[in-house]
Amino acid sequence: MKLMIYIIVMAGVTYLIRMLPFAFFRRKINSQFFRSLLYYIPYAVLSAMTIPAIFYSTGSYITAAVGTVAAVALAYFGLPLIAVALAAAASAFAAGFFI
Amino acid sequence: MKSYFAKGMYDGIPIALGYISVSFGFGIMAVHSGLSVLAASIISATNLTSAGQAAGVDIIEASGTIVEMIMVQFVINLRYSLMALSLSQKLDSSFTAPHRFAASYGITDEIFAVCSAQKERLRPAYMYGMIFVAFAGWVSGTAMGAAAGQLLPSAVSSAMGIVLYGMFIAIIIPPARKQLSVLIVVLSAAGLSILFRYVITSVSDGFAIIISAIAASVIGALLFPIKEEEEAAG
Repeated sequence: MKLMIYIIVMAGVTYLIRMLPFAFFRRKINSQFFRSLLYYIPYAVLSAMTIPAIFYSTGSYITAAVGTVAAVALAYFGLPLIAVALAAAASAFAAGFFI
Repeated sequence: MKSYFAKGMYDGIPIALGYISVSFGFGIMAVHSGLSVLAASIISATNLTSAGQAAGVDIIEASGTIVEMIMVQFVINLRYSLMALSLSQKLDSSFTAPHRFAASYGITDEIFAVCSAQKERLRPAYMYGMIFVAFAGWVSGTAMGAAAGQLLPSAVSSAMGIVLYGMFIAIIIPPARKQLSVLIVVLSAAGLSILFRYVITSVSDGFAIIISAIAASVIGALLFPIKEEEEAAG
C-alpha cells in the first residue's frame, strides 16, 4: 500500500512538472533575451548532462573515451543520430577487448 | 514521409534503443532494491525518466518520507519544466489543450532534444509516434532487466551505457560547428558541469545540471542575442 503511494507521488510530481509549463504557457515570448535563453537551453542541458558523465558510462574510462572520440568524430561529419549513437557503443565495446 | 506519427516513430528509434539498455539497468537495480518486476515496470511506465526513477527507488528502499520523495522528484525533474517551456514555443496550431495534456507526459531529455532539433513546428502525431516507441523501449527494457537480471553479457551491457550520450553528442556537435554562439554555450555548460563534479561537490547532480545549463544559456543570450530570422533558420 505504501509502495503505491510512493509510485503515485513520483508519477504525479514528474507529470505536473512537465505538464504545467507545456499546457498553460500559451503566449509567444517576445523578450529577445528570454527567447535567446530558450534557444540555447537545449544545447546547454545536453552538454552539462553529457560532460563529464559520458566518461563514467561504460565502467571504464578508456572504453568510454574511445566511444566519445568516435561519437564526436562522426557527429562532426554530420552522420545521423542513430549511426553516431551505435558507433559510440560499438567502439567502446571493441576497445574493451584491448584493455 | 507517410505520416507524422510514422516519422515520429522513425526519429524515436535511437531513443528507444538507448532506453532499452538504460532501463534494463534500472530494472536490475529496482529488483535488487526489493521491488517486484511489476512494480518496477509500473514505475517506468508512469515516470518515463531515468534519474528521477533511480532516486525514487532509493527513497522507497530507505522508507523515506513522502515529502522527501516530492522534493527529490521536483529538483531532479525540474529541468523538464525548462524543456516544456522551450518546446511550448514551437508547437503547431493543431496542438490543442488535450494534446498538450497528453504529450507533456513524454517530455524526456532525449525526446526534447530530438523535437527541438526539428526544423518545422511540432505536431501532436509526431510527438505521439516518438513517445510510443520510446515508451515501448523504456518499459520493455525495465521488465526484461527486472525479470532476467543479467540477460546480456556484461561487455555488451556496459558498452550500451554510452548510447544515449552518443546521441546527445550527435545533436550538439553539428550546430556547435556552424555557430560560434552554440559552441561557446556548449563549452561553458560542460566546463561548469565539470566544476560541479570535481570541485563544488556538495551540489546534487540534478541541481548541478540545472545551474550549469541556465548559467551557460545566460552567457549565450547576453553575448549572442538571437534575432528572429536566425532562430527560424537554426
